[in-house]
Amino acid sequence: MSTMQDSREATMIGRRSDGTPVRRPLSPHLQVYDMLQMTSALSISHRITGVIWSVGAAVMVWWLVAAASGPEAFGNVQWFLGSFLGILFLMGLTGAAWFHTLAGIRHLLWDAGWGYDIPTVYKTGRAVLIGTGVLTALTWLALLISW
Amino acid sequence: MSHSTGEAPRQSQLRTPLGRVRGAGSAKSGVAHWWGQRVTSIALLPLTIWFIASLATSAGMPHHVAQAWIGHPLNAVLLLALIGLTFHHIAAGLQVVIEDYASTEGSKIAAVLAVKFVCVLLALAAALAVLRIAV
Repeated sequence: MSTMQDSREATMIGRRSDGTPVRRPLSPHLQVYDMLQMTSALSISHRITGVIWSVGAAVMVWWLVAAASGPEAFGNVQWFLGSFLGILFLMGLTGAAWFHTLAGIRHLLWDAGWGYDIPTVYKTGRAVLIGTGVLTALTWLALLISW
Repeated sequence: MSHSTGEAPRQSQLRTPLGRVRGAGSAKSGVAHWWGQRVTSIALLPLTIWFIASLATSAGMPHHVAQAWIGHPLNAVLLLALIGLTFHHIAAGLQVVIEDYASTEGSKIAAVLAVKFVCVLLALAAALAVLRIAV
């Protein structure tokens, strides 16, 4: 094989089981795949928001354990969650949680066999993004009103 | 044998006998894991919305108010369900993420076990905290 002239050729460089190169089409990989499509961007975001929410669950444990430990430990959590960094963290967590919740409902619909055609995939994808924004804003509106 | 017509023995499974001996194919715990993720996600849907809504509308509550809220029988039961289901769901989800990205079998097993152990410990700590307040 000569020097590559076209980056699309990167998807055509395979290897046989003995390691020798062969020119044949491969699955798109990260270097050439457009990750900013609605489909793949929302897919990886579902994973990332799930991992972020796992961290949030650890903070829930901290909050509960502190409440059981006494006023001093509880005061520490409340101080952190009410600090600038804590509020920033909670805002990010709220957004991640709503995204993961709505994208999760989308996944359940797919599991039930609904919404696989491309126009519906884009429609539900946009609904997830708009819903995340609206519900995150509503959550913080409720929080600020009752604070 | 009653069948003497020379027909091949009836195969009741799609897996080949050799595949079964080698333990190859989807014969492990994949289906239960998949269903576990879905069932916990459906159960968590109302529980997390209840939890987030409850906390968002009582932000900055003092210690005795938080204790009274956690200790209320209904809230305590829902919290225990939330804790168990949340960490079941987290362990199942993180396991899939690790299995997709871990490069070696050793690091994969180590990471999945670590996640499971941490999830069990966090769930127990949270459940104990709820019980200490509620009981």
